[in-house]
Amino acid sequence: MFRTLYPHRLIAALGLSLGLAPSPAMAERLDLFEGEKLVLTNAVSSIEGSSGGGLATWATIGGMGTEDGIGVTGHVTGIELSDFGWRSYGVAVGIANRLELSYARQSLDTRDVGTELGLGRGFTLDQDVFAAKLKLAGDLVYGDPLMPQIALGVQHKRNLDKQVVRAVGALEGNGTDITLSATKLFLSHSLLANATARLTKGNQSGLLGFGQNYPAGSRLDGDDYSLQFEGSLAYQLSRRLIVGAEYRTMPDDLPVARQDDWLDVFAAYVVDDNVTVTAAYVDLGSIATFDDQRGALLSAQLAF
Amino acid sequence: MPAMPIAAALLLMQQAPPENVDWDEAFGVEEIAADPVTGELPVDPYVPDNANAGADPFASGKMAELFGGQEGIRAITDRLVAINLSDPRIAAIFESHDLVRLRRTLFEQFCYILNAGCDYTGRDMHASHAKLGIQKGDMNALVENLQMAMREAEVPFSAQNRFLAKLAPMSPDIIER
Repeated sequence: MFRTLYPHRLIAALGLSLGLAPSPAMAERLDLFEGEKLVLTNAVSSIEGSSGGGLATWATIGGMGTEDGIGVTGHVTGIELSDFGWRSYGVAVGIANRLELSYARQSLDTRDVGTELGLGRGFTLDQDVFAAKLKLAGDLVYGDPLMPQIALGVQHKRNLDKQVVRAVGALEGNGTDITLSATKLFLSHSLLANATARLTKGNQSGLLGFGQNYPAGSRLDGDDYSLQFEGSLAYQLSRRLIVGAEYRTMPDDLPVARQDDWLDVFAAYVVDDNVTVTAAYVDLGSIATFDDQRGALLSAQLAF
Repeated sequence: MPAMPIAAALLLMQQAPPENVDWDEAFGVEEIAADPVTGELPVDPYVPDNANAGADPFASGKMAELFGGQEGIRAITDRLVAINLSDPRIAAIFESHDLVRLRRTLFEQFCYILNAGCDYTGRDMHASHAKLGIQKGDMNALVENLQMAMREAEVPFSAQNRFLAKLAPMSPDIIER
């Protein structure tokens, strides 16, 4: 009796409020967890909880639901870096392959270097990410072969260690990123390409807070958004296996700790229709004054 | 209220219909006869045209070769129809269909697009999928089944995707709500 919901009015209202005409294909009702998407087309869960690659947010909508369904995903990701340990876990709901709502908790374990940073050994910086993503146009697989799926996203991040991030020179403990993504599976070449523009104030994605608290009288404004770019290119080797690389530019505005761009080389494998495992080599550069933070990412996603 | 006995009494009181009535004729039901030669059911008249296939064929014969020529394509389309009929997600769409005609036109379409030496004589994608109520999930199920048929025929994955790239843009004519 809980197999169908009627949230199409909510989505239609959201679409209208953004100036989108309601799609004639809008379903009368939505089926729960029917799992009708093609495998891999829900992508994997990015470290910010939103559907995407390992590090980048894509225009894809999480969960296996299609235009007439609701899907859900859960993920756990670990990154073993030279000095830090990164963990994220989260959930996402995809409604009518149109709207994605997600939550993720990110944790950066300072391990031994916590002592040198004056935080204490094993101190963990934590952050909550509440995100929404709305597909504006296009389709990842079908329709015009040159028209990508385009989505607008909002990622509201709430750092849970506000005193620490202020101590390192960040202006705020909370921040909101805006993303605009275009993603397409170019079937004729078995290639998936993504480009994302991100407006952010985040230092290390927000784990070191948002904005910069420059000294009074400084000519610099520490409360500006900066425009960053995320690019992904992947080759589909089989229905279940895709390999690729991602590059994500990062702002470098925090005076005390340099930030470098991020990159990863990944392979994602659909173990069965509901389980996708991602393994990647990642290079996050310098984090909190500790350079050359490279290592391995392992992520498991359960999707219905 | 004793509703049942009253209903039963009314039922008994009504006049019995005369025997030997041709109810099909009385209700204007026409039986559609299959063509005695081809076994296909008639469709509304249309102008056959290769453009109805919905995609331009591949320029070279390389793809036809990878699909095993006309023989291989015939095996794949027959297998695809068989998988669809045994797939509980979409079997109902196919069960009510003229499968003889479907097998022929599907073969012609694949053969034409793969440049394996056929003409497509079927209807265009909009007309041939009209009123079937196909949704995106059904389309995805069909793609999965086609992938299975191509995999079984050992078509290389990159060639499978190149072929799917010809079919994917047809989705607006096939998916309806």
